[in-house]
Amino acid sequence: MTELVDCRGLSCPEPVMLARQALEKAADQPVTVFVSNAVARDNVTRAAKAMGRQVKVEDEGEDFKLFISK
Amino acid sequence: MRDRVFIIIAGAVVGLLAVILVLQGNPANMGFCIACFIRDISGALGLHRAGVVQYLRPEIIGLVLGSFVTALYVREFKATGGSSPVLRFFLGMLMMAGALIFLGCPLRMVLRLAGGDWNAMVALPGYVLGVWFGTLFLKRGYTLGRSQEQAPVNGYAGPFMAIVLLILLVTAPAFIFFSEEGPGSMSAPLFLTLGAGLLVGILAQRTRLCTMGAIRDLILFKDYHLFLGFVAIFVVAMIGNLFTGQFAPGFAEQPVAHIDHLWNFSGMTVVGLAAVLAGGCPMRQLILTGEGQSDALITVLGMAGGAAFMHNFGLAGSPAGVSPAGQWIVIISLVVLFIIGAANTRLLAAGKNKEKAKAS
Repeated sequence: MTELVDCRGLSCPEPVMLARQALEKAADQPVTVFVSNAVARDNVTRAAKAMGRQVKVEDEGEDFKLFISK
Repeated sequence: MRDRVFIIIAGAVVGLLAVILVLQGNPANMGFCIACFIRDISGALGLHRAGVVQYLRPEIIGLVLGSFVTALYVREFKATGGSSPVLRFFLGMLMMAGALIFLGCPLRMVLRLAGGDWNAMVALPGYVLGVWFGTLFLKRGYTLGRSQEQAPVNGYAGPFMAIVLLILLVTAPAFIFFSEEGPGSMSAPLFLTLGAGLLVGILAQRTRLCTMGAIRDLILFKDYHLFLGFVAIFVVAMIGNLFTGQFAPGFAEQPVAHIDHLWNFSGMTVVGLAAVLAGGCPMRQLILTGEGQSDALITVLGMAGGAAFMHNFGLAGSPAGVSPAGQWIVIISLVVLFIIGAANTRLLAAGKNKEKAKAS
């Protein structure tokens, strides 16, 4: 199953740090990250891409769901 | 790639505007100084009575409103808050305390450096050290907790206050204090200061430009995205100063500065650490305020309160140096910051356990 990381309500750099931790731990498994602001969305996306992952962003009401995979 | 170009342009615009503002009347090396300008606003409202630093700085008003309008336009405006507001107020106070020891926020530190004020060269490593201390707490799970969505009126409070300040500036009622001498009496014309604030507010909202994030991300992630903006401010301001004859290298006799190296260094350590713990440098707090984050607004109010505290009790640095009481403030600030940092590091670990429990 995909690892879920709930970063809603957190401000950067915390979402990036939690997402990176989860990505390192998950190895090749996909990780889903929830964030609640555009800054976190952009920063997590950039960090994940820098780690060689693909990112798919979906709107979840007021929040964002980031599906990160190899 | 486009992002990189954009942040370099944003930094360059900040540097260029800073030079222009000084040419047009702002105090030297003070095209922008978020800490100084919030301090001036504190004084204009009578929260402190340091007669030489009282003015309703339009740059601050512009930064908040520029960010506000942009955030509305790109649908990033969102009223949130409730993440340790009291601690954020104190962090704002401490950030201001450190800045008024050194005599400048991180942005002015860069601008002072670009003007040849080598005291800023002493302060920069102090600032980096403070940010580094902050990253140690972040790595141990430091957090002020999650913010919650709030009723929109919470988010409108900051922009509303900016508009009230603008009205007070234009109408200039008798109960507002305006310096007749000293730095508070020096300002470029309103259309320039307000316009520069608005433009930088727009650019900073889009690029997330932050003088603390620049150093923090470099240390934490080796991510130099924000750092590019930081460097661009410096390079363009320096070139601008060289071309306009405003570059005057040296330690002594620098405008609105002193040569107490230890306190220049450690004052900025306070600012760097406080900025990491608060999640943004003074300018970034204004931008976040415009985006509707009441947690940032409370930090700004803490800065205004901190300015009043520093001037009412004679703690702020001056061209004569830092008073013994001011030196104590630096030490006390560092101790308080370490306590705030340490006291909030376990929260995230606890929260993570909860998440794991939820997921399994």
